[in-house]
Amino acid sequence: MNLPRELLALGRKTGYFSPMPRCFPRYLLLLAAFAGLLACSAGESNVAQGNRDGILHFGNGSEPQGLDPHVVTGVPESKLIDAMFEGLTRKNPWTLEPEPGAAASWEFSEDRRVITFHMQPEGRWSNGEPVTAHDFVWSWRRALDPKMGNLYAYMLYPVLNAEAYATGMLDDPELLGVRALDAMTLEVTLNEPTPYFLQLMDHYSSFAVPRATVEEFGAATDRFTRWTRAGNIVSNGPFRLLQWQLNRRIVVEKNPHYWDADTVRLNGVVFYPTENLVSEERMFRVNQLHVSNDVPLAKLPDYRKLKDSPLVEAPYLGTYFYLLNTRRPPLDDVRVRRALSLALDRESLTRNVLHGSNDPAYAITPPGTLGYQPPQLFSFDPEQARRLLAEAGYPDGADWPGLELTYNTSESHRKIAVAVQQMWKDVLNIEVTLANQEWKVYLDSVSEMNFDVARRGWIGDYVDPNNFLDLYISDGGNNNTGFADPVYDEMILRRAPQAATKEERFAIFHEAETRLMEQMPIIPIYTYASKHLVHPSVKGMPSNLMDFVNMKYVDLEPMPLAEFELE
Amino acid sequence: MWRFVGGRLLQAIPVILAVITVTFFLVRIAPGGPFDSEKAVIPEVKAALEAQYRLDLPLGQQYLAYLSDLARGELGPSFKYPGRSVNELIAAGLPATAELGAYALLVAVLLGGLAGVFASLKPNSAQDYIPMSVAMIGICMPTFLLGPLLVLVFGIHLEWLPVSGWGDMPGDKILPSLTLGAAYAAYIARLSRAGMLEVMSQDYIRTARAKGLPEWQVVTRHALRGGLIPVVAFLGPAFAGLLAGSFVVETIFQIPGLGRFYVQAAFNRDYTMILGTTVFLSTLIVLFNLLSDILAAWLNPRLRAQYGEA
Amino acid sequence: MSTVADSEAVLAEQGTSLWQDAWRRLRKNRLALFGLCVLVFFVLIAILTPWLAPYAHDAQDLDLGAAPPSAAHWLGTDIFGRDLLTQIMYGGRISLAVGFVATAVALVIGVTWGAVAGYVGGRVDAVMMRLVDILYALPFMIFIVLLMVVFGRNLLLLFLAIGAVEWLTMARIMRGQVQSLRQQEFVEAAISLGLSPATIVRRHLVPNALGPIIVYTTLTIPSVMLLEAFLSFLGLGVQPPATSWGLLISYGAETMEEYPWLLIFPGAALTLTLFALNFFGDGLRDALDVRGSGD
Repeated sequence: MNLPRELLALGRKTGYFSPMPRCFPRYLLLLAAFAGLLACSAGESNVAQGNRDGILHFGNGSEPQGLDPHVVTGVPESKLIDAMFEGLTRKNPWTLEPEPGAAASWEFSEDRRVITFHMQPEGRWSNGEPVTAHDFVWSWRRALDPKMGNLYAYMLYPVLNAEAYATGMLDDPELLGVRALDAMTLEVTLNEPTPYFLQLMDHYSSFAVPRATVEEFGAATDRFTRWTRAGNIVSNGPFRLLQWQLNRRIVVEKNPHYWDADTVRLNGVVFYPTENLVSEERMFRVNQLHVSNDVPLAKLPDYRKLKDSPLVEAPYLGTYFYLLNTRRPPLDDVRVRRALSLALDRESLTRNVLHGSNDPAYAITPPGTLGYQPPQLFSFDPEQARRLLAEAGYPDGADWPGLELTYNTSESHRKIAVAVQQMWKDVLNIEVTLANQEWKVYLDSVSEMNFDVARRGWIGDYVDPNNFLDLYISDGGNNNTGFADPVYDEMILRRAPQAATKEERFAIFHEAETRLMEQMPIIPIYTYASKHLVHPSVKGMPSNLMDFVNMKYVDLEPMPLAEFELE
Repeated sequence: MWRFVGGRLLQAIPVILAVITVTFFLVRIAPGGPFDSEKAVIPEVKAALEAQYRLDLPLGQQYLAYLSDLARGELGPSFKYPGRSVNELIAAGLPATAELGAYALLVAVLLGGLAGVFASLKPNSAQDYIPMSVAMIGICMPTFLLGPLLVLVFGIHLEWLPVSGWGDMPGDKILPSLTLGAAYAAYIARLSRAGMLEVMSQDYIRTARAKGLPEWQVVTRHALRGGLIPVVAFLGPAFAGLLAGSFVVETIFQIPGLGRFYVQAAFNRDYTMILGTTVFLSTLIVLFNLLSDILAAWLNPRLRAQYGEA
Repeated sequence: MSTVADSEAVLAEQGTSLWQDAWRRLRKNRLALFGLCVLVFFVLIAILTPWLAPYAHDAQDLDLGAAPPSAAHWLGTDIFGRDLLTQIMYGGRISLAVGFVATAVALVIGVTWGAVAGYVGGRVDAVMMRLVDILYALPFMIFIVLLMVVFGRNLLLLFLAIGAVEWLTMARIMRGQVQSLRQQEFVEAAISLGLSPATIVRRHLVPNALGPIIVYTTLTIPSVMLLEAFLSFLGLGVQPPATSWGLLISYGAETMEEYPWLLIFPGAALTLTLFALNFFGDGLRDALDVRGSGD
């Protein structure tokens, strides 16, 4: 393992203990040298080395597109950007409540439309320059600039005039609801009170980028510059980029200029692009990784059986569901839609096909989003399902016109679809054909509504029912079902934002979601779950609804290597 | 000979141009664009992105612009990895893939060629059946199965070799090279056995035997040349196939190679990356097919004479 | 001059009783006969599967899940509780059909193309082989996705798509063979006798190049079966609950540690078929080897 020498030196300086002196009898040396040619067992594992040097080896799913917070989208990118950058607030990984980040404190105006952020007095970029309110003003203008082509620009839409500016209706950035009162004070004006706005401050689309560095390598809105390369990039988070080898690894080291550097325990993190689940699990088993990005489904039962199991499972803020094309017969009949939904035995599906890693879902919003509980209007009810289908004109599947279930290429989507296909056949006596599509073809089918039933998943960007319920406003970009209900729109777009209290707001959401599930334009199937293998030496990485890792709190406790002997 | 090579190199230009043209339009006809994502893209944002990548121009203009960039050696910016050029991505992925391909081919030719020739010397005996049965299993064993199986045995249970990586730990190049080479070794074993058997019954071998040459000299001096022609015809495309096919091995062993870029580019509709890797690959394929033709000509004295005269 | 005389004798023999002769020789080769029997047996099973299969091909028992072989399920069940023996029997129908049909397509196109290019030579050869180069270099995946979208999914298209890819190498091999055979005395003799090129290719070149062609065909069948699995995985090929050996193996490979029977039995079916094919192919090659018969 050839880590950069600087990082190793850094690790040893502050390391937990010095390398063990190794004494080898002479004659064994030759043997060891020969074995070393063939075997790695003579070398030290990443985990052992990492535990000693304070370096975390982290499976990160896939190679990130890039590191510019206003250009990229995706989970692997967010893990890296969260380690290297910091927004105005930063989520506490245990509670998910916002903690001071680049801003030390903030206060709301009386009408909760204006927020004043006070910057960290010791806030520094990784080159030692201060992080100021001006940095955020400049960065938000950049993030919203239409020329930037920022896919996540809409995350800042609650800010006054942001949407108009981002869509080119408004040219003057001065009119945006963000300004610096002075270097240390940032004032943000919102369109309307937005309870989840502070959460958005921890999303990378609202992060500040270093103006001087960005402009040194190109125009502000240029996507093709080299400013995010190792050696060029300047960031304001707990870690800074040390090395970036494409498809091999990305290494970050502790940022000495970080305002809260004393809290940061790790000396560095090595992120690996681990696309292949099976390979990743094996890397973990031979102690090449501290943390895996995911776990193969079939391995779950074996890992659960282990004493002191490294398996960490938690509900994840996302719902897996099927879209129904309500513009096509027979799905234009609400009774058919409900019959399909009631015929699914979600308990059996999650227990047997998903090995119990997920909870069945009966509504679009995942349970427990900061106190909101979605309605459950139905459960597995074959009798009722058959009755509904008969009422719709297909008694016991007679005259059924056929239906196609579209899903994108993936082992788990296939498994769910195969089980669902059979459940519909068993309960309703109807034929459903499966259509597996390559990812981009599938995306095209969904956005063109060229499907009968299509698999879909939605992961929340922030913890609030609104993030799920506003999908189904009429003509919403992510609606894709043809569902349109003016009453529903009114509740989501007008009544909920004007609610005086959290309880009132949640009550409106509950009412809206009840209405949605009565119409059943989607069939909820299960709530997502995050699954990781975490070496017992890793501390300060609690599981949470967002699967959020705050590297700032992660620590490694030196301990003997674990042997994970699976049967 | 030189005229033959020169002529073939000239012929390569229209071939590569045709490949570029067909690919350029194919990728744009394929459903789904590079900027489609699971969450709906705001139309203004999509328009801005398309403008940045010249996708707002008429197709003909895009094509000409691409060709003129290509003439200057510029393969353009990647769609999937903003801020990286296709040139840079290919340069980053090529060393590992080329090395892997070379080792795999070495494994394939050495193991496969030896087994095939060995088996052909005593057809329908144990010396024939055993290596050929192993080769059959090698053919049945797809890469996606052999790789994980080898890792399970040598990486997890015996703990002799690393389970992944490329150049990170001693010995981590062994399993990927074996995995990728195995299937080709099996093919080469079968082809060389058949080629040898074919040649051994030819008249000139009979003549050589009749002249009283010892059997090993008959094999090495006369039979090998002709017997390996089918293998050589197979090698050209096989090498190109090795490069494209290394995707699976690269994914299993987490190798930072070109194969991963090539396949993912197609999935991502990364137009410039698909085109860039295709141009690169087609050049290689043309070159290697040429090489294997030259080799075949050299092995076949009559053809050699013909090309030599031409 | 004796070689020419030999060849002429051979020509006469080929014209009349090549296949009868081959069959006579093949019958003596026990391994080849065994291979043939196994193949016929598998093909019969594939044809009769709907009547022979112990379970319905899509019957699930989710609560049973993946179970090792038992009295009720001889080869065990997959994660949906579907009978593996039934899956393998139905999968064999697809795999054998793909294997034989796509290979036949590749064989016909590849052999013709290669023979013509190799025999005619010159410009025609150059143009034909450069066309092969172009097809080699096209990004296969995009090509397949497009085919899928333009023509929709159907099995016939799958066979054609696979055949269309596999013929390229066949053409190169055939061309190499023909080029080297063309300079042999017996072909020169045939030319000097004034036989038409088509006759020479069909009667003399193709039969004499049969060895490598048969071997490459037996190699193509497994690679076609595995290619089918890959395409099915991408969504072009068979759609679940239909299956094939290649798909069963690729699913089995993912859980080789947990449910080894899901890999071993489909793998055994494929391996057995390929061994049978191989023995039969070698036997056929030897039987057709007219010169070898003199030894």
